[in-house]
Amino acid sequence: MSYRLVRRLNSSCVRCVSSSLSRTTEKARHPGSKTNFTHEIQFLNPQELPAIPTFRVLDNHGNIKTEEAPKISDDDLVEIYKKMSLLSKMDKILLQSQRQGRISFYMTCSGEEAAVIGSAAALKDVDTVFTQYREVGVYLWRGFTLQDVMHQCFSTHKDNTKGRQMPIHYSAKKLNIQCVSSTLGTQVPNAVGYAYSNKIKGIEAVTVTYFGEGAASEGDVHAAMNMAAVLKCPTLFICRNNGYAISTTTADQYAGDGIAVRAIGYGMRCLRVDGNDLFAVHRAVFEARALAIENSCPVLIELMTYRVGHHSTSDDSSAYRSIDEVNYWNKEDSPVGRLGLYLMKHKLWDSEREQAYAKECRKDIMGAFNLAESSLKPSPYLVFDDVYDTHSTQLARQRSSLEEHLKSYGEHYNLNEYDV
Amino acid sequence: MLCRKLLGRCALRKGEVTLQNVRTAAHFTYLPQTPNPALGDTTKLNMFQSINNAMDIAMEKDSSAVLFGEDVAFGGVFRCSLGLQDKYGSARVFNTPLTEQGIIGFGIGVAAAGTTAIAEIQFADYIFPGFDQLVNEAAKYRYRSGNEYNCGGLTVRAPWGAVGHGALYHSQSPEAFFAHCPGLKVVIPRGPTQAKGLLLSCIRDQNPCIFFEPKILYRIAAEEVPVTDYTIPLSQAEVLREGSDVTMIGWGTVVHVLLEVAQMAHDELGVSCEVIDLQTIMPYDSETIEKSVKKTGKAMVVHEAPLTQGFGAELAARLQEECFLHLEAPIQRVTGWDTPFPYIYEPFYLPDKWRCFDTVKKLVDYM
Repeated sequence: MSYRLVRRLNSSCVRCVSSSLSRTTEKARHPGSKTNFTHEIQFLNPQELPAIPTFRVLDNHGNIKTEEAPKISDDDLVEIYKKMSLLSKMDKILLQSQRQGRISFYMTCSGEEAAVIGSAAALKDVDTVFTQYREVGVYLWRGFTLQDVMHQCFSTHKDNTKGRQMPIHYSAKKLNIQCVSSTLGTQVPNAVGYAYSNKIKGIEAVTVTYFGEGAASEGDVHAAMNMAAVLKCPTLFICRNNGYAISTTTADQYAGDGIAVRAIGYGMRCLRVDGNDLFAVHRAVFEARALAIENSCPVLIELMTYRVGHHSTSDDSSAYRSIDEVNYWNKEDSPVGRLGLYLMKHKLWDSEREQAYAKECRKDIMGAFNLAESSLKPSPYLVFDDVYDTHSTQLARQRSSLEEHLKSYGEHYNLNEYDV
Repeated sequence: MLCRKLLGRCALRKGEVTLQNVRTAAHFTYLPQTPNPALGDTTKLNMFQSINNAMDIAMEKDSSAVLFGEDVAFGGVFRCSLGLQDKYGSARVFNTPLTEQGIIGFGIGVAAAGTTAIAEIQFADYIFPGFDQLVNEAAKYRYRSGNEYNCGGLTVRAPWGAVGHGALYHSQSPEAFFAHCPGLKVVIPRGPTQAKGLLLSCIRDQNPCIFFEPKILYRIAAEEVPVTDYTIPLSQAEVLREGSDVTMIGWGTVVHVLLEVAQMAHDELGVSCEVIDLQTIMPYDSETIEKSVKKTGKAMVVHEAPLTQGFGAELAARLQEECFLHLEAPIQRVTGWDTPFPYIYEPFYLPDKWRCFDTVKKLVDYM
C-alpha cells in the first residue's frame, strides 16, 4: 500500500503567530540564535495559539471523511479487525482470570486497540519496537501467539523470559520487540540509541517507542527527544494519550497543548491523530516512518484515545471517574466498533462472522490459558542465571546455598510445581 | 597576565604556599610501576593518555565502537578523547546534549543494538541522573528478558575521587551505590597501566560496566605502559606487596597511600603489610582477600567514600564471615567521614597515610 506522502508541517500555528511580529533585517549573531532581531516586545502566549488539530479519517459511524480512499486492502482490513477483536477478548478473559486469583496481575488496553494494532500494521518487521506496557497488540500483530502471552502471564517453564517478571512484561526477540520494563519512559532514550546504531550501520529502519501521556512527563522522555533531534536518529515517538495516568487526568499532567506540541520545541516534526480511528493511525504511522527514514530524523505522533479499562488490576477507576464517561467511550467511540461499522457497511464483515469469530477466539484463548495454567513453573535455580553473561563466584556460592537449603527444607516450597 | 601571576606568587610566598600548590598538592606519592616485560615495548604515558590509548585500540579493532558524552569531541575536559574524533569521524565520536540520563539511556540502546558503546559522564558526581537507567535498565536488561536481550556492549566511564580541591561535587566515589546492583560491573584502576588494561576488558566485557577513573591520577600518574593491546582480567584483585602481619585492601588512588604506609610500617614498626588492590569492586575477588586475611589475621579496608555503607562494609562483612576464626582483631575501615566531601577540610577528611598508619598500629596492638 502507499499514500500520497505529506511533506508539509502539520502545525504552523507557532510560525503564524510569530510571523506577525515585525522583524528587522538584522540577524542576531549569537551562537545559539537562529533569527532576526525585533523591536517589538510581545510575549508569545500559548493560550493565544491554536492547538494542533487531530487528524481523522473515519467518523464514529463508520464513514470515511476524507476524499482519498484508504489504501489498505480489504483482506488486510479484515485481518486488522480480527486482531483488534482478539486483543479485546483476550484482555477481558485475562482480566477476569486475575479477579479469580488465577494470575496475579494484568493490564488491559481496552479502548486503545486501533492505536496499537493500527500503528503496528503500518510498520515493517525490520523496525525495532520498544513498548511501555499497554501495547501487547503490537506483539500480537507481529505473531506473538496466545500461548506465548499465557506462558508469560503464568510464568511457566515455557515463558521465554524465564519467569523473571510480572505478567504482561513480554519480550519477543523473534519479532524484533524489546522487553517491557515497568519503569516509565526509560525505554524512550534506549530507542533513540538503538536508532542511532541502525543509522550508522546503514540499516534502513525506524526504531519505534510507545509511551503514555503520563510517562511523557518523565525526564528520560525529554532527554530522548532532544537527543533524537540533535543526533538525527530515525525514531518514531508514539504517545498514547489516553486521558489518564492511573487517576491523574491530563489536566494534572500538563498545561501545554498535549504532547505533540513539545516536538516543535525540540526541532522535530509532529502529528496529532485520532487514536481510535484505525485508518488515521495507520496512515499517520506509515507516513511518519517514511519521513523518518528519508530525512534520518525523529517524528512524534500523539494518538488521542481513551483508556476504557482500569489502569491495571490493582486499580478501580470508579474511584476517580464516572461510569457515564467510560460508557460514552466504550459505546460511541470504540476503535473496534468504528472499524466494525465500516466493514459492515462495505460488506466485508457481518454479524454471523462476528459470532463465529467470537466463539473461535474464546476457544483459542481458553485453550492457551488452560495449557499455561497447568504447566510447570521454571526451575528455581534459574534465579541465578543471566545476571551477568556468566556466573560470578559470589552467585555460584549463593546458588549452592539455595541448593543446600532446598535439600533440607524443600518440602515447604511446593517443588512439584516447578521444573526441578 | 604575567604580572598578576608573579604578584600572586610573591604575595603568597610569605606563607610558603604558592598558587601552584593549592591546586596540585597531592596527599600521596605516585610510584610508577615497572612494566611487565612479556608485554613488549612500552612508552611513557600518564593516565589520561593511557585511557585515550585504550579507547583508540578498542575503536580501531572494533569498527562498530562509538564514544559519546559531553565535550568528548574536542578531546574531553580531561583530554581522554584527544584526537579520537579526528581519527574515527564524528559519526563514531560525538558530543551529546547535557543530559546524563539521556547519555546513559542512549548508550543502553546503542549497546542493545549490538554496537559497542563507550559513554562518558563528565564527573562521577553527576552520574545520578542516570542512576535509574543504570540500575533499572542496564543492570537488568539481560535478566528480565530471559537472556533474549542484553546491553553488554555498554561501558560508562567517569572521573572519580578526590582531586585536592574538588569539594562536594568534583570528588565523589560512588562505587558503593552501584556495587549494590546485581548486573553491573564496577572497575577502578590505580594507574595508567591498569587503566588501559582494565578499560579494554570493560569495553570488551559482555556486561554493562562502570569504569571510574581517579581524576587526580590523570596527569600525575605517569609510567612506562606497554603499547600493545593487552587486557587485565576483571574480578581479579592484585597483591602488590606481600606481607604477613596486616592485610590492607584499597582501590584507585588510596592504593598508593597504602603502599607508602606499608613501607612506613616496615621501617618504623617492623610490621609486614600485604597490600591488595581490589581493582574490580563488583563482582569482586573475595578469594584473594580471604586468603590474605586468613594468613595475616588482621585486616583494614581503606576508601575515600564515606564510612557507613561504603564498600568497606561489604568487605568487612564478607571477611568476618569467611575468616572469623583466623581474625586477631576486628576488621578496620579507614574512610572518609559520614559527611559530604568538604572543600577546605579535605586534608582532614581523606583516609590519609597518618590515619592508615595509626590503624596499622591499632591492629597490631589489639591483643
